[in-house]
Formats: sequence, C-alpha cells, structure tokens
Amino acid sequence: MHEGGHGAARLLVVDDNKVNRLLLARSLELQGHSVASAENGRIALETLRRENFDALLLDMEMPEMDGFQVLEVLVADLQLRDLPVIVTSSLEGIESVVRCIELGAEDYLSKPVNPVLLKARLGASLEKKRLRDQQRDWMRRFATREVAQDLQESGFSFGGKRVHAAVMFSDIRGFTALAETQPPEETIELLNTYYTLMFDAIGSHGGIVTLMAGDGLMAVFGAPLPQPDACGSAVRTALEMIETMNLFNVDRVAASKPPLKIGIGIASGEMVAGYAGTNERATYTCIGDTVNLASRLEAHTKVAQRTILIDGATRAALSDRVEVESLGALEIRGKATPVHVYSVALVQKL
Amino acid sequence: MTEPTIDRATYDALKDTAGADFVVELVDTFLVEAPRLMDALRTAYDKRDADVFRRSAHSLKSNGNTFGARTLGALAKDLELGGLAPVVKGDGEPLDVLAQEYARVAAALTELRNA
Repeated sequence: MHEGGHGAARLLVVDDNKVNRLLLARSLELQGHSVASAENGRIALETLRRENFDALLLDMEMPEMDGFQVLEVLVADLQLRDLPVIVTSSLEGIESVVRCIELGAEDYLSKPVNPVLLKARLGASLEKKRLRDQQRDWMRRFATREVAQDLQESGFSFGGKRVHAAVMFSDIRGFTALAETQPPEETIELLNTYYTLMFDAIGSHGGIVTLMAGDGLMAVFGAPLPQPDACGSAVRTALEMIETMNLFNVDRVAASKPPLKIGIGIASGEMVAGYAGTNERATYTCIGDTVNLASRLEAHTKVAQRTILIDGATRAALSDRVEVESLGALEIRGKATPVHVYSVALVQKL
Repeated sequence: MTEPTIDRATYDALKDTAGADFVVELVDTFLVEAPRLMDALRTAYDKRDADVFRRSAHSLKSNGNTFGARTLGALAKDLELGGLAPVVKGDGEPLDVLAQEYARVAAALTELRNA
C-alpha cells in the first residue's frame, strides 16, 4: 500500500460519466482510500504510467478509449499487468462480463455499485496484490533481477534449455576453521558483508548467483539472458571480487582480524539451464560437465595455490585479452581427456 | 403510471451511504450533466451516430438507476439496447418520451435536494 493507514490504498477511478465518477470516488474515500480519477481510457493510462496505484476501477463504455481497450493495453504492459482491475459497469449481457474477465480483470461489479460489495471485492483484490508484491519482493531478494524478469516474462515452468554460458564457483579459504574461532553472530555478519560485496561484483557484470551454500557460491554469466562476452564478464568479475576482498582485508587487518582469502574457478561451454525443484520450492540452476569442471577448478585452486583458475575454453574465448599462466593438463573426473588449466594473473588490463 | 418518479428507498440508501451533503452535490452534478446527455442523444439521432447514441443512453440509464429514477433508467436502457432503428421508426418519439420523463425526474430530485 502506498499511503494511509492499515488497508488504505491509492486507487484510480475511470469513468466518463461525472456522476458515476464522483459517487464511486466518494464511496472509496469513505472506506479510507485515496482516490484519483480519469474520464476516459487514454487519460487513465497516462495517469497510470505517471503515478503508482494499488488498483484500478474501470468503466467500460467510454469515448476515445473504452475499458476493453484499456484492459488490452494493461495485459500487454509488463509494468502494469499485475495491477488489479475491478470493472464497474452497467453493460448489458453476460458476454461483456466474460470478455472483461478473459482480458484479465480481477472482478466485475454492476452499477450502481453496492458499497458493501465494493468493499469486499476491493479488499480481496488488494490483498491478492499485496501477496503478489510480497512474492515479487522475495523473488527479487532470493533470485536476482534477471531470473525475476525471466520468470515474469516467460512464466514459471520446469525443464531446461541448452545455453552457452560461463560458470563461476568461489569460496572462502579456511572458513570453517575461522567460524569456529569467533562468535556465531560475527560469522553471519561476516558472511552477509562478503555476500553483499560478491553479489555486487557479479551483478554489475551481468552475472546471476544461482547457488549459495555456506561460504561458497555459484554464479552464471549468459543465462537466462544471453550475454555477448560471457567469459570476459566472468573473468572481470573474478578480478573485481579479488580486488574487493583485498580492500575488505585492509579493514580486517586494521581491526586485528585475519584476512579472508577466496578461490575462484571458471569454466565455459554448453550447459542445461532452467528451473529445477518441486512446485513448492524451485531454483534456477545450470547443470552439466561445464558446471562440474568449474567446481573442480575452484577446488583445485587450493592444490595449485593460485587464486583464479579458468579452463581452456574460457581462455580461448578471451584469446589474448587476459594474461594467464599455463598450469598444464589436469585430470578431471567425468572428463575423458585431461583439461588444460590456466591461472589468471591478478594484475592486468582486461 | 403507478411507479414513482424516484424510488425513495434507493434515494435514501444513497443518502445513507454517501452522506446527505454529498448527495446534494451529486444531484446538482446530474442536473447539469443529464441535459447534456439528452442533447447528445438528440444530436446522435439527427446524425444517425449509433455509437454516441448508445453511449449517451447508457450513461443516462446508469445515472437514472443511481438516483432511483427507475422509469428514466428503463427508457434509457431501451434506447441503449434498441439503438437508432426504433427511434427512426417512431420519428423521434421515444426521445420525446424520455425528455418528458427527465423533466419529471429533474423536478422530483430538485424537491428532494431542497428538502
């Protein structure tokens, strides 16, 4: 809700008839809502694009742009299509009601509008909107903007598609040991700061975090939305993450705390991306050999005593743009032939 | 005609839910808007503009019902659903009937508003 007390909403009343407009606005104001009005569909859409509303009360018979046309525009508009619309009309015949509902109207009230019915129907619509907003808010928090957008545009369905992308795994060295030496509150606070910094680095290069587990995270570049230079973005992100950690460590050392070190593995190639899980709980994820390889490379950073390791495909995609050190071929479980591994130099121009 | 010009139960319910002062304002608005709608109906009939004709009749029906002017509402509804053809056939007579009923409604509402 935008303003006012509990249950108070900001509403737009659209009706070409002044008596109807005044009366409906009055009924809604008496119920504690704040009301703006428009006298036809065109003005209503202009107002909706300029200001935020919690619900729309829409008449059907109007000059210039009628209610059906407004519903058609709203359903096709990503920003406005979740706005609850209650049709208030005195159109004759059930066909009109059916058409409104088919066009996405939340409810239909005949005029003259009964104030008690109005209150009940509007309350239900606003509650549904509140839940939808909350869901979207949670989705943003847990799923990233890209996945949220993909879900909003394509809807939710299980099943993957083959994508070409770069995958990154990273984790904090010796984090478990560190966690055991400090109070749990401090560990969670440290993780929150760490995640904030890493998410920022990943997001600013177009990547999405698909997995967080303890101190480890997995990010994908190039899915669900294709990215022209996924490998370059992944490596740039890795370098930024290291740089950010260095700055973060300056503060930690100053506070007499041990610095944090992270290891990062990146691999690129084809993988299956999509939503996996159950109807109650699902996550956007990527699966395949490329993903396993990135995870193995991250684990190998400890053995190789390097910070960022990438595979041959990522190296090839970057050609000469990145300065690397060849670590030779590495046997990877699940891979028939050994994989060539490169360590990315931490100081370079990319 | 046994049907009262204004159904008092509807009018009183409107007063109860919207407030007496507000209903005075609403009646005044109707007394300004309704003659415009009657004019629009007449012009639409002269020009044989079915869209404006239907919309104006629709608006009058809706407002009539709001104030409990049932006969006016019913006459306007007939025009909305019947379209231009019956009016052309009756040489505009249904519009005269509507105008006479509106005159009665306007007088009754004015009286109620001043009461």
